[in-house]
Amino acid sequence: MSGEAKTSPRFSETTDRHRQRGAELLRIEKVSKVFADGTVAVEGFDLSVARGEFVSLLGPSGCGKSTVLRLIAGLLRPTRGTVRFAQPLAPGDIGFVFQEPTLMPWATVADNVALPLRLCGFDGRRAGAAVAEALALVGLSSFARAYPHQLSGGMKMRVSLARALVTRPTLLLMDEPFAALDEITRLRLDDELARLWQAHGWTVLFVTHSVFESVYLSTRIVVMAARPGRPVAEIAVDAPRPREEDFRDSPLYGALCREVSAALHRAMASRGAET
Amino acid sequence: MTSPREGDPSGRAKEPRAGDRAPAERAFRVLAPLLVALFVLAGWEVVVRLRDIPPYILPAPSRIASELVRSWDVLGPSLLVTVRIAALALLAAVVSGAGLALLCSLSKWIELSLLPYAVTLQVTPIVSVAPLVLVYVDDPLAAVVFCAWIVAFFPILANTMSGLAAVDHNLRDLFELYGASRWQQLWLLRLPTALPYFLAGLRIAGGLALIGAVVAEYVAGTAGAGTGLAFRVLEAQYRLNIPRMFAGLFLLALTGIGIYCGTSLLSRLLLRNWHESARVRER
Ligand SMILES: Nc1ncnc2c1ncn2[C@@H]1O[C@H](COP(=O)(O)OP(=O)(O)OP(=O)(O)O)[C@@H](O)[C@H]1O
Ligand SMILES: [Mg+2]
Repeated sequence: MSGEAKTSPRFSETTDRHRQRGAELLRIEKVSKVFADGTVAVEGFDLSVARGEFVSLLGPSGCGKSTVLRLIAGLLRPTRGTVRFAQPLAPGDIGFVFQEPTLMPWATVADNVALPLRLCGFDGRRAGAAVAEALALVGLSSFARAYPHQLSGGMKMRVSLARALVTRPTLLLMDEPFAALDEITRLRLDDELARLWQAHGWTVLFVTHSVFESVYLSTRIVVMAARPGRPVAEIAVDAPRPREEDFRDSPLYGALCREVSAALHRAMASRGAET
Repeated sequence: MTSPREGDPSGRAKEPRAGDRAPAERAFRVLAPLLVALFVLAGWEVVVRLRDIPPYILPAPSRIASELVRSWDVLGPSLLVTVRIAALALLAAVVSGAGLALLCSLSKWIELSLLPYAVTLQVTPIVSVAPLVLVYVDDPLAAVVFCAWIVAFFPILANTMSGLAAVDHNLRDLFELYGASRWQQLWLLRLPTALPYFLAGLRIAGGLALIGAVVAEYVAGTAGAGTGLAFRVLEAQYRLNIPRMFAGLFLLALTGIGIYCGTSLLSRLLLRNWHESARVRER
């Protein structure tokens, strides 16, 4: 009934079922990242993501989740190993949502959302239509001319999401996007994200340290341990779609959360044993 | 997710900014200092008259005012000269300060090789440099402008440099992710980030340019250009024309206030839509 847990750090045989959603989009092999100061942030990281998947990276603070996302985005270069995409990527094929909204305070909402298009060299008129569409997607059409300081924290985060979506990215990377928000706003944005993902079939790699959030959103959860950062368990979330709010009250959700929690606790214990 | 739930945007657009404070508050901001001035001047006038203090010790405000009108033929042109010196120096400081900050941000080598000299220029007291400048620069006006530039230049350089370095890390990553060119990074990210810092530097530099101009004129004395306000004050002092001294000082103070208001207004206009410093807190 529920998903399966594999506590082995290698999980080559586990993902076949999920790959059926689509062809493989991204493959990370034996990736390690050692920072200049000697910190081993990530070591021997393997991960394969198929098109249309919603994969969550779940782990304690400092286990290298952000580092993995930045390696995939090309903002960091791996010390060892490879990050490969099924197709060559152009600027705009990867969308990135940071933990903070990261908006330019001097630019309007519309200009903020248009930034990726501008940097990728789109012409103005096509950009205008894409911006309107992205803003409509997150329900902020009427705020196009507002400035960031006029928005609530949740609205800023949605602008940030619209900006990541405006180029219609092949892969959407989200680094604890709602972690700084209050519980109510966060649940609502989770609902909206789940609905958007369901409707559009994006490929999402989502970093979180919330068990509940990861179970609610994901098709697959990768649990990470720290020092060095590595995947230690993988749990498929085979709950039916679409998931609405009442999914949170279902016994299946409760069982999945317990299972993921247990995996996370094992991951944190294994960290203690190794350091 | 199609209907906005956070309320009516048109209501938000009316949020008051620095430009449109409540009329009562705006009136108070002008009236209160004026009232203080009125009280102080009235008290001054009364004390001078009651004690019968002679004008060469302390002239009454009325006496200073009449002197200002009487010697306007002399003081008016001098005011223009001083304003021109300060404006030229400020302009030079903006161009060189912001320009050098930009160069430093583009190349570590330029920063390492030039910054120490900029600091040296700043920490050497202008009073001790001015005589040298006056010796070596032939044109007296250019010499005074040069001195004023020396003092006005550094705040702009230092502030613009910290502004250019204050770019948000995530925004920088975002620009990199979308393959932004160096030019785009500079124009769309670094310059807007640096703008509030630059403007804060400009406000300081405006006042300093005037101070630099006055110091240079004082040092130059009768040997200098001999036409600026500071020179008129000095001249009045030699002639024991104390009311004119006060009139000249009054004009100098007015010039300083004018520069400050001008730069503040500029900064408010440029930042009113987004920067914390130009926004009104709502309660
Ligand atoms: N630029 C850097 N230089 C040196 N060490 C770094 C750098 N960036 C991250 N680290 C280290 O790498 C490790 C992983 O960092 P990372 O930010 O990926 O963790 P995280 O899982 O995202 O944590 P959090 O949940 O708190 O955001 C940490 O120990 C951190 O101190
Ligand atoms: Mg992180």
